[in-house]
Amino acid sequence: MTRTGIYRSRSGTPDSKTSAGNDGGGGGGGTTVMRVIVPLQGVVQGRGGLVLGSVIPCAFFYFLQFYLKRNRRDEPVSESDPANQNSGSSPDNSGSSSPTQSELTGLSRSLSRVIISPRSSGAHVSVSGRANSILKGGDSPYHLGLKRVEEDPYDELGNPDGIIELGLAQNKLSSALVSDQNLIGLSLSGIASYEPSDGLMELKMVVAKLMSEATKNAVCFDPSQLVLTSGAASAIEILSFCLADSGNAFLVPTPCSPGFDVDVKWRNGVEIIHVPCRSSDNFNISVTALDRTFSQAKKRGVRIRGIIISNPSNPMGRLLSRENLYALLDFAREKNIHIISNEIFACSIHGDEEAEFVSIAEIADTEENLDKERVHIVYDLSKDLSFPGLRAGAIYSFNENVLAASRKLTTLSPVSSPSQHLLMSAISKPEFLQTYVKTNRQRLQRIYSEFVKGLKGLGIECTRSNGGLFCWADMRGLISSYSEKGEIELWNKFLDIGKFNVTPGSCCHCIEPGWFRFCFSNLSEKDVLVVMNRIRKVCVTCKSQN
Amino acid sequence: MRLIVPLRGVIQGRGGLFVGSLIPCCLFYFLQLYLKRRRPPPSDPTELPRTSSRTNLFSRGNSIGRVRVSSRAVPVAKPSDSPYYIGLERVKTDPYNRITNTDGIIQLGLAESTLCFDLLQRWMSENLMESMMQSDDGEFDISSIAMYKPFEGLLELRVAFADFMSRIMGGNVSFDPSNMVITAGGTPAIEVLAFCLADHGNAFLIPTPYYPGFDRDIKFRTGVELIPVHCRSSDNFTVTVSALEQALNQARKRGSKVSGILFSNPSNPVGNILSRETLQDILRFAQEKNIHVISDEIFAGSVYGDKEFVSMAEIAGSGEFDKSRVHIIYGLSKDLSIPGFRAGVIYSFHEDVVNAAKKLMRFSSVPVPVQRILISLLSDVRFIEEYMTAHRQRIRDKHIRFVEGLKQLGIPCAESGGGLYCWVDMSSLLTSYSEKGELELFEKLLTAAKINATPGTACYCIEPGWFRCCFTALADEDIPVIMERIRQLRESSRS
Repeated sequence: MTRTGIYRSRSGTPDSKTSAGNDGGGGGGGTTVMRVIVPLQGVVQGRGGLVLGSVIPCAFFYFLQFYLKRNRRDEPVSESDPANQNSGSSPDNSGSSSPTQSELTGLSRSLSRVIISPRSSGAHVSVSGRANSILKGGDSPYHLGLKRVEEDPYDELGNPDGIIELGLAQNKLSSALVSDQNLIGLSLSGIASYEPSDGLMELKMVVAKLMSEATKNAVCFDPSQLVLTSGAASAIEILSFCLADSGNAFLVPTPCSPGFDVDVKWRNGVEIIHVPCRSSDNFNISVTALDRTFSQAKKRGVRIRGIIISNPSNPMGRLLSRENLYALLDFAREKNIHIISNEIFACSIHGDEEAEFVSIAEIADTEENLDKERVHIVYDLSKDLSFPGLRAGAIYSFNENVLAASRKLTTLSPVSSPSQHLLMSAISKPEFLQTYVKTNRQRLQRIYSEFVKGLKGLGIECTRSNGGLFCWADMRGLISSYSEKGEIELWNKFLDIGKFNVTPGSCCHCIEPGWFRFCFSNLSEKDVLVVMNRIRKVCVTCKSQN
Repeated sequence: MRLIVPLRGVIQGRGGLFVGSLIPCCLFYFLQLYLKRRRPPPSDPTELPRTSSRTNLFSRGNSIGRVRVSSRAVPVAKPSDSPYYIGLERVKTDPYNRITNTDGIIQLGLAESTLCFDLLQRWMSENLMESMMQSDDGEFDISSIAMYKPFEGLLELRVAFADFMSRIMGGNVSFDPSNMVITAGGTPAIEVLAFCLADHGNAFLIPTPYYPGFDRDIKFRTGVELIPVHCRSSDNFTVTVSALEQALNQARKRGSKVSGILFSNPSNPVGNILSRETLQDILRFAQEKNIHVISDEIFAGSVYGDKEFVSMAEIAGSGEFDKSRVHIIYGLSKDLSIPGFRAGVIYSFHEDVVNAAKKLMRFSSVPVPVQRILISLLSDVRFIEEYMTAHRQRIRDKHIRFVEGLKQLGIPCAESGGGLYCWVDMSSLLTSYSEKGELELFEKLLTAAKINATPGTACYCIEPGWFRCCFTALADEDIPVIMERIRQLRESSRS
């Protein structure tokens, strides 16, 4: 009441309405001084609507704030006063008592919840929002399946009724090859003290040699461009941290490795945009699809920072050809984005002699320009050496900044020194690498052909593959309904009736239901027969239901 | 009317608050509108959209465009400007060696211990291979170490860890293996905890001086801020509740949300041990404010003073407090002197934190063969007893020698009872009592005296002149060399 009284005494000239029509700042001061009713009329009448419409809510908002602020100030005044005095004494916080900041605290009302709740001491402290989303995530069939196997693992003698693992991409065929090597080279001085967290130079040299060996020495990898991390998962995490900001995105052709989501999203907040490939194209990556997705994302305002591919592709197990790689690199260059090539199975090739693994490093090397900087390779030497328990992965990048940042970030996911020394003593003999690559290939080849033949005998076709530890089987004939639900139903039958665990296509973000990934490298030749019998059992129940 | 009238109202003090807020607000809105209306026609003069359009321009202009890294990677990639890391880098270029490089820089900046390497050497040479190859039924099976295992650590290892921790902490507290997650060292443990307890932009209170590595470990990726709570030499750098309260209030006034308190016990870099009462006060404070408590107890077994070490776990388990807010970090790098093994642990009373950390361990788990070695190392009770006694005794001896040497030069140290370092007051060597003076001294120590000690600035100490000196990697004959170098430095600066 008193306020209006004050105004009334000053106002009175009716021509103040005209001032609203003026542009510029001068008119605004005039209108606000008039009684509240008059500007509202102005809005209703449509004159100066834009200006008044913004001024009035703004004024009301400020009123509310002031009201809140004044009411709150009353109690904690004794608390905040000494704080203010002290802040004056410490020079680095001198600005804290300025009026704008005290208005800020007024704004963030939600914070006060923290102050109120602890007084009632039953308050439960909560974890961060992002930790909550991690807690909720990770319950895809992929992880459920692995858990089921853990509970009841198959053992030829001990537990012949247990669940056979075909979902985990690990190579049990050749690990003895590695361990047969002289592992006794460990000595304490080497393994106990602090060492560079991005890996020992000696080990990097061996790893570079191994990677070259995988390309049949077509590329010479430079050890100084290598950064060792604890496994491929952290390599991908570190790379995606370095290449994309939170809220940016990577393009990932699907079906893709089921782990990407977690590695890229969880802690980095980077999004993945899937680019579906279809069985009609034989699941080949098409640049037109990439291009379409890229422009769609751009239209939505999402910034794409790169593309992640797997070579040999996971789950299809196909090697990318030179032409494929050129096309992808051209696409990346045209859009000025990064390209991450996931080559963790570079040594695990099981195709015939024509099947040749081409690293993207080779393509990048042939390009005569600065453009290599966009190419990054992820490698997992422990996986490729059938020793995943050792947790040793690697980043190979042509980008100095990425290397510098990754080196520092490896303190957060380091390879332990005993691992490094074990690997070194296992693989440093020059003849070992060649033997390993060759023997591993033969063994994979044998199991692969055996396995695919077995599936064919049951009328199940696989896509042609020549790399990786898995095959990609077309089980569309067995699903009861052509949908993700039908696929999961079949997967449950595999687990419950067939007692084996595979990875359903939906975990790999395949848009066509009915495809499954079988990691055959978990099996011995004897096991293949057992698995085939179990698959047959499931086939029979499926057919009888249909 | 018009502009002039309300201003007069302000001047006359009538309704000042009300009008005073209304007018700037209106003017501001007008300005905004004005800008907004003016902006579109002269076409984007601003910088922001430019950067993204650059992508297009260049790609059409064919492949001159250099691809950029993410903006958050840029500060990570830059060389660090903290004296802590500068010092460590400098030592690498020219490390001291008693025989081959007597002119090299002596490392006093890295908290590692070589005091008990003889004992470890003996154990490793006897047991290393067997421990790794061992399996339950006695026969070696390659798949027991080669294949994937649960990321949070084998149960046997967690049991052994729990047992070991309670042993070195005096047996007053027992740890539950199911609350435990094994990590690849203390560094990932801290990062994972920070990630789980605070969102991007939230903050932890941290008493200063603090371990300079926390900046990297916590800020690099999690985006959590650290708010220093200044402690002073007059309290022997012990944190007080009133200082915490004050820092919390200031932080809240600035609008940042405080999610927890992080501290080291025994403290790093000072090396003092927090008393039971202080721990209770901190936990009570945290409970009152409903925030988390992270206690970094990585030096718990390196206690050499008379003061008893009390774990936060013991306080939390007393039943007096809500323990779900208590989280403990521990590791073997310091107490067992095996930093290369990268073995650490998160011990949390909060179920969600344990579960989230388990999942995040896919990025920093301990390799299975290393776990096997650790299981037999930690379960070898006789060895552990022998080792811990020797470890404590040798730190104590070395500490006495080092502090005595400094004392003879007239350089005092803060009172300490744990850790691999001491906190040295070199303010008598400063040319000016300021941060600048301290950094000058740091540079002189590096270049003239050839000693790398961590200056207090790197630890955010507000009093200049303090340095952290790690003495456990020194041999006895190195100590006179260091003292001599410091003496020469002082003399040359006096003359």
